[in-house]
Amino acid sequence: MTNSIPEIPKIDLAFVTGSNTTENHPVIGAQILQAVKNGAKLIVADPRRIELARHADVFLQLKPGTNVALLNGMMNVIYNEGLYDAEFVEERTTGLSDLIDVIQAYTPEKASEICGVDADLIRKAARLYAHANRASIFYAMGITQHSTGTGHVMTVSNLAMMCGNLGKAHSGVNPLRGQNNVQGACDMGGLPDDFPGYQKVTNPEVIQKFESLWGAKLSYKRGMPLTKMMQAAHSGEIKLMYIMGENPMVSDPDTNHIRESLEHLDCLIVQDIFPTETTALADVVLPVACFAEKDGTFTNTERRVQRVRKAVQAPGEAKADWEVFVEIMKRLGMDAPYEKPEDVMKEISKATQLYGGITYDRIEHKGLQWPCPTPEHPGTQYLHKDKFPRGKGLFVPVHHVDSAELQDEAYPFILTTGRILYHYHTRTMTKRVEGLHAIASEGFIEISPNTALKLGIEDGELVKVASRRGELEVKAKVTDTIQDQVVFMPFHFAETAANILTNASALDEISSMPELKVCAVSVEKIQTV
Amino acid sequence: MAQVTLNGNTIHVDLPKTILQVAEEAGLFVPTFCNDKRLVPNGACRMCVVEVEGARSLVASCTTPAADGMVINTETPAVIDARKSVLELIWANHPNDCVVCDKAGQCKLQDYTYRYEVDIDAFKGAKRVSEVDQSNKFFYNDQNKCILCGKCVRVCDELQNTSAIGFSERGFHTHITHPFEEGMDKSVCVSCGNCVSVCPVGALMPKSKERFRNWEAKKVQTTCSYCGVGCQMNLIVKDNKVVDVEPVNDHSNMGLLCVKGKFGYSFIDHPDRLRKPMLKKHGVLTEVEWDEALDFVAGKIKQTRDVYGADTLAGLVSARCTNEENYLMQKLFRAGVGTNNLDHCARL
Repeated sequence: MTNSIPEIPKIDLAFVTGSNTTENHPVIGAQILQAVKNGAKLIVADPRRIELARHADVFLQLKPGTNVALLNGMMNVIYNEGLYDAEFVEERTTGLSDLIDVIQAYTPEKASEICGVDADLIRKAARLYAHANRASIFYAMGITQHSTGTGHVMTVSNLAMMCGNLGKAHSGVNPLRGQNNVQGACDMGGLPDDFPGYQKVTNPEVIQKFESLWGAKLSYKRGMPLTKMMQAAHSGEIKLMYIMGENPMVSDPDTNHIRESLEHLDCLIVQDIFPTETTALADVVLPVACFAEKDGTFTNTERRVQRVRKAVQAPGEAKADWEVFVEIMKRLGMDAPYEKPEDVMKEISKATQLYGGITYDRIEHKGLQWPCPTPEHPGTQYLHKDKFPRGKGLFVPVHHVDSAELQDEAYPFILTTGRILYHYHTRTMTKRVEGLHAIASEGFIEISPNTALKLGIEDGELVKVASRRGELEVKAKVTDTIQDQVVFMPFHFAETAANILTNASALDEISSMPELKVCAVSVEKIQTV
Repeated sequence: MAQVTLNGNTIHVDLPKTILQVAEEAGLFVPTFCNDKRLVPNGACRMCVVEVEGARSLVASCTTPAADGMVINTETPAVIDARKSVLELIWANHPNDCVVCDKAGQCKLQDYTYRYEVDIDAFKGAKRVSEVDQSNKFFYNDQNKCILCGKCVRVCDELQNTSAIGFSERGFHTHITHPFEEGMDKSVCVSCGNCVSVCPVGALMPKSKERFRNWEAKKVQTTCSYCGVGCQMNLIVKDNKVVDVEPVNDHSNMGLLCVKGKFGYSFIDHPDRLRKPMLKKHGVLTEVEWDEALDFVAGKIKQTRDVYGADTLAGLVSARCTNEENYLMQKLFRAGVGTNNLDHCARL
C-alpha cells in the first residue's frame, strides 16, 4: 500500500477494484465501510456483486479481465471533461500526452463494449473519482492475476496520477496483500530478480555489496519465477526443489502439471507445519514451528514491520524454520552466527535501507513502516510524498488485450477464482479449525440463475466442470450475484480444486503472474442413468 | 486551551473533549461499561457519572463535553452512591454465579462490585430467564448475563458494519438479539467476534474448548498469521496451549479481528501437526532423527550443485514465515548454493 490502514476511515472516496475486501481483508473491509459511514463515496468494480457492492454509490459489474478498458474509459471521461489534476500532472508526472493518445480510443461507449459496464456508469464513476480530494484505490488479485496483470496495475496508477491522488495522506494506490507476510517475503528477496530491499541481482554494484556482506561469490543471473520453475522441473532442468511453508499442489495453476513437475524432481524438500498434498510428494519432510511457536517479524500490507512472539512450545521435535536454515548453512560450510531471530534482523538492517532503522527494541510496542532507513527515522506513513522513486511519475499507457483464453463453443463460460471469508489459502490450517470447517466444508461453483435454468441445474446439485486442463465435479451454488457468462470457484478446496481447471501457460510477460482470474470452462449437468 | 478543575487540581486541556476523556488523560479512574473510545458515546450505563459544580444533577462524563472553567469531582459520596445504585440495579437482574462464570477475573461487573462494596441482594425481584443462543459455531449469547450496555450492538454497527444485532423489546424484556431470533447462525453475522471482544460481562462469550480461569492464563502479543492486514492480537496461553485470542487496540486493526484471527487458532496444537523429520526410504516417508534429515538435505544440495550446477536448484520461500526466515532461506540459496532461483506464492 502507498498509504496506511489508519488513514482509511477518513478518506472521502474508496475505489475498490478486484478485491472482495470484506471477505479477504475483513478488517480493512470494515474500515472502508466506516469511511462510507463517515460520508465517503464508494465505487466497486468486480465481476461478482460482492458485499461491498451493496454499499456502493456506483457498482461496475465488469467482465473478468477487462479492467484496462474500464479504467481507460474512466480516464477518457476525466480528461475530456477537464476533471484531471493539471497542477499535479504538470509538477509531478511525465508522459500524459502518450496516455491521452491511447485513452482517446476508449470512449465510455467503446469501453462499455469491452467490459460490459453501462457507459453512463463509467461516466458516473469517473466523475466521482475525479472530484474526490482524498481518494484511495484498493485492489487485489482481481487486478493482478491476469496474463496482462502488469498492464492492469499500470492503468490503476495512471488513473491515480491523473487525478493527483498519490503522494498524500488518504490518497493512493493500495494493493492489499493476501498473506500475513507476503510483503515481507518480497522485501527479504524471496524473488528471482531481487536481493533484499528490491536491489536487482543484475546490478553489479548490488552484487558487490552483497558479496562483501555475505562473503560469497554471487550469481548475477536472474532466477526463475515459480511458474517457470515448475515448467523447468517438468523438463528436468531443475533437479532439486526446496519448499518452505507452501502447498503448490493446491495453490498453483494446473494441478496435474504441478504434480508431474514435482514428481519429476530428483529431490523435493518440504518444510511445513502439517502434512499437505505437497509433502505427500516429498523426499524429505521437515516439521516446523507455527507462528505462535517462534519469534520474528511479519511485514503487513501497509509496510509495517511487526513482532511475532513465541507463546507456546512447538509440538514434538518441530524446529523454527530459521533454526533449520542455520543448521543447513553450517553443514554447507557457511558462516551462520545467528542465535536468535533478532540477530538476523540486525543483518537485514544492513542488507537493505528499507529496514535500516528497524530494531526489535523500536518495534517492541508498535511496528514501524518502511522505508525506515536510520535508527532515528520514524517510518513512512505514505509513499511518494514529494517525488516518485524515478523522479517524475511516468504515465504508461496500456491498451486492452483480451485474456489468453476466451469462451468458445466447447468452453462457453469464464471461470474466475477467489477466496472466501472462512478459509485461508489451501486450508491446511483452517480445515483443522472445527467451526470454520463446519461453516464451509466443501467447494462450490457459483452459477447465475439464468445459466442454471438453461442447463437444468438446481442449487446444490453436483455438476461437471471442465477446461482444457482437466475436469472435476462440484456442487452448484445458484446466485444472482454473478453474471450469466461467468462462473466462480474458491480455490481453497483440494477435493474440488479450482486449479485443476486454471491456465498455467498464460503468464504475464513481466511479472510471470498466471491468469488465475480467467479461463474458459464448460459446465454440464451430470446425467444420471 | 481551557482550564478545568478536576478533583481540586487545576489543569489545562485542549478542547473539545468529554469530561471522561479529560479525566482519563489526567490518569483518573472512572468506571464505565458502555464507553469505548472508538465508538460514538451513548451514555447508556450511567457508571461514569461525575459531579459538576452548578449542574442540576450528576452528569454522564462520557457524553458531557468539558468546558472552560468547569469544576469536576469524580469520586464524591454522591457519585459513589449513584454508581452503587446502578450496580445494585444490575444485580437485581443478573445471576450470582461468578464462581463458575468463565468471565470471572475479566468481568467489569465483578470488578466494580468489589470496588464499590455493593450489596448484590439490595433489590429482590423477578430475573430474566432466557435460553442461551448456542447456534453460532464460535461464541454463545447468554442474555441472562447481559447488562444492556449496547457496546456489542455499536461495535457491530459502527466498526464492523455488519449490523447483525440490535436491541429487541422494551423495559424488563429488553435484550440483544438478531432479526427474527431464529438463532445467530441464521443472521447476517460473520462471526468476527468483535462483539465478544468488547462484552464487559459474561453475556457474549467464546466457546472455548479449554476451561481456564483468566488469572491462570498469560497474554502474549503477536501478529495474526492469516491475511496481510497484520492485526495485532494477544494469544491467551494456559499450560503451553493457546486457549483464546483477543484483539489489541491502538494498532492498525483498531482492536478489530475477523473470524479467522479471533477464532481460528485451534490448528496450533492439532494432532495432525508434523512432529518428526521424515525421509523417503523405499518409497515411503519414514521418521528419522534431525541429524539424519539435515545431513541428507545438505548432502543433496551439495551433490546437485556440484554435479548439475547451481541453477538446477530452486527454492520457494514462504509468505507464511517470518522476515528472518525468508532472509535466511534466500541467503542460503544465493550465497550457499549460488543461484537466484527463488520465489514464493506472492502471485497466488
